[in-house]
Amino acid sequence: MNAVLEVRGLSKAFGGVHAVEDLGFDLRAGERLALIGPNGAGKSTSFQMLMGELRPDAGTACFEGVDLVGMEPREIWALGVGRTFQITSVFASMTVAENVQTALQARNGQSFDPFRRARALHRDEAISLLERVGMAEQADRPASVLAYGDVKRLEFAIALAGEPRLLLMDEPTAGMAPRERHALMDLVSGIVAERGISVLFTEHDMDVVFGHADRIMVLDRGRLIADGTPDAVRADAKVRSVYLGSGAETGHA
Amino acid sequence: MGLLVAQLLAGLANAAALFLVASGLSLIFGVTRIVNFAHGSLYMLGAYCGYTALQYLTGPLGFWAAALAAAVAVGLFGLLVECLILRRLYKAPELFQLVATFGVVLVVQDLTLMLWGAEDLLGPRAPGLDRAVMLFGQPVPEYDLALIAVAPLVLLGLWLLMTKTRAGILIRAATQDREMVGALGINQSLLFSGVFFLGAALAGLGGALQLPKGGADLTLDLGILAPAFVVVVIGGMGSIGGAFVAAVLISVVNVFGVLYLPESTLVLMYVVMAVVLLVRPHGLFGRAELQAGPPAAGIPDRPLAPLGPRWRTAALALIGLLAVLPLIGSDFALVLATDIVVLALFAASLHFMLSLGGLISFGHAALFGGGAYAAALAVTYAETPMELALLLAPLAGGWLAFAIGWFCLRLTGVYFAMLTLAFAQLLWSLAFQWTEVTGGDDGLIGIWPAAWASDGTVYYYLTIVLGGGAILMLRHLAHSPFGYALRAARDSEKRARVSGIRVDRVRLAAMVVSGTMAGLAGGLFVFSKGSVFPSALEIARSFDALIMVFLGGVDALGGPLVGAAALTLLQDWLSRLESWRLLLGLAVIAIVLLAPTGIAGFAGRLLRRREAS
Repeated sequence: MNAVLEVRGLSKAFGGVHAVEDLGFDLRAGERLALIGPNGAGKSTSFQMLMGELRPDAGTACFEGVDLVGMEPREIWALGVGRTFQITSVFASMTVAENVQTALQARNGQSFDPFRRARALHRDEAISLLERVGMAEQADRPASVLAYGDVKRLEFAIALAGEPRLLLMDEPTAGMAPRERHALMDLVSGIVAERGISVLFTEHDMDVVFGHADRIMVLDRGRLIADGTPDAVRADAKVRSVYLGSGAETGHA
Repeated sequence: MGLLVAQLLAGLANAAALFLVASGLSLIFGVTRIVNFAHGSLYMLGAYCGYTALQYLTGPLGFWAAALAAAVAVGLFGLLVECLILRRLYKAPELFQLVATFGVVLVVQDLTLMLWGAEDLLGPRAPGLDRAVMLFGQPVPEYDLALIAVAPLVLLGLWLLMTKTRAGILIRAATQDREMVGALGINQSLLFSGVFFLGAALAGLGGALQLPKGGADLTLDLGILAPAFVVVVIGGMGSIGGAFVAAVLISVVNVFGVLYLPESTLVLMYVVMAVVLLVRPHGLFGRAELQAGPPAAGIPDRPLAPLGPRWRTAALALIGLLAVLPLIGSDFALVLATDIVVLALFAASLHFMLSLGGLISFGHAALFGGGAYAAALAVTYAETPMELALLLAPLAGGWLAFAIGWFCLRLTGVYFAMLTLAFAQLLWSLAFQWTEVTGGDDGLIGIWPAAWASDGTVYYYLTIVLGGGAILMLRHLAHSPFGYALRAARDSEKRARVSGIRVDRVRLAAMVVSGTMAGLAGGLFVFSKGSVFPSALEIARSFDALIMVFLGGVDALGGPLVGAAALTLLQDWLSRLESWRLLLGLAVIAIVLLAPTGIAGFAGRLLRRREAS
């Protein structure tokens, strides 16, 4: 399979501390790839560099052959990269449908259109997207009154409106109850599979990671220490020592 | 050489008062995140209090004791304002805080007038320092030398306070991370009150020390405000050292400006500011993170809806009433209605960028006055017909908005608000000082409508059609994809960016739209009055727009209309009373505290509640 995202030698240091060192990996088409690691391992830094929020000291990150390094978030979007945030953010002063419609009008280059009525524009397409994420009944509710899990699904629908071929999801289930987490990730898995979207995500919840990733990469102190299928990573001694501490490793032996 | 040194010393002496005011402003902003627009009023109060104290305290020691007494008195007044008004607003949107402090400006203006009278008070000379010494063959007033010493002494005192005392360390901690200090269990309200007292006392001291040089008059308050903002912006928000350097820089540039470019003294400091901001967008010593977060103007959480049948009927009834007004109303009613429509368009143009875009402009008069002057200048110097001039006015407003937006949009929140105010003052200075072209204080007169529109009734209809049409256009824009993109950028800037919205361009475009409409309002204004004066560009004019938007309710699209009617009628009614500023100020403060959704917002809420039940 072809690589959708090719990352090579991505590095970032903050005042002498190497937050991420020489990160390199391929993300294949249609793959759901999880990036995990203990706190301070460099997950967020890696993500911010891929999202255009932080400029790496060195390295490249090519999406379909185009290097994302140094690009603005909007330019990365224009290439076909969608995003969701750890702290969910939607357009609070609009209805659920209008949130998606606003993203659709941006995709169609109509953000400066002063003539049409926005309420009717792309309404049908928005509703069908909302149907797909199970939010159609709430289409005309204000986004500001939604339950947290629904805000997450709305944000996902907004990201889908940009027709991404790659989704970057920063802790997609942060702040949700355990059962809701799996419901959301089932939804995500189903939709990305039918649309052929590749996904790179970070996550704290190991159940979510091992249940929904095709492949897992483990970061520790800025370096990649493991990269493989969930089973291989689960069995990896280095990963176990990082997550369980060195005491557990000796106890195990 | 001698002249240069003398000028330099004069500049340094002028810097003292400016530094005292700006450091207090910066200190208060750093800790409470409130931009105190009443800070100039505290400075003015300091001058008047010092004057009164000097009636009782004499001799060299008495002079300095009087200055200190004035500082303490003004500090206590600041404390009162903090406890009664601002304390309730720390969690409120910025706009409410800013409008409330402007209410204080109005109240203080009238209180000062009542207590000390309208006449300018001549400042007494400082006893013991009333002569001049010769330096390099030039006379330098002794008092200037004393002032030159005072500013570094105060700076040193503040530095000691900030680094050596527990209170000072708390102030610095709160400036950097307010929530953290709250989490540590520190008595926040005591800290905030203390900082307000200190900041107000510094302004009061500045006013009192300025007495021997400038005396006391009722224009001191708004006069010092723009320079103080410029100093805080150049020095960097929250940086006291920065305020010192910037105050010195501005004052020295100013005295040399008087020497070499006497017509441009007022403009010069804005040029310095623009240059500094081009190189360092956060000021000389400012840090990016000290900027207020995302712009917040009382973000409406209710989605926009098209007018319901009841409102549609009401709107049609209003249009019908305006159409038959010449038949049923007096000439005075027509004049009043013309004023209201012009002001409503002015308010609606601000509402568009402020409410939908989250861009709080404090210098909206620049666009209104810019349009007004563009039309008036075209008529005066090129004998432009009215029809063309009314086209030039919105064009000028749009272009000005583009230029101002290009500069100011890289900053957000209160920084943006202060910068827009500074730019408006820049234009005001041009209109005021460039007498050969603008007529200065005498303004441009004889700007009358074309013959066909010279009748009051015809011009009234013209205003209704153009002004009302423009308001409807703004309303339509709010419902267009562009309006939604603008709102998306305000609701969540980062979500908007990764959803493909060009946030910066959308905001700039919104400012241009807003400027175009404000410019048209200015053009209509000129021909209805027949003249234009620098007052079309002054701070009070910008505040009129804000108060109208605020009175009408920030999140109500019909708000500006209601606000304009309320302000015009209120002013018309109040101006018959002697102390209308006091009453207007108190009314504004009361509305901020009691009905923060404004009149239209309040009525809308009542209606919705009734419909719901």
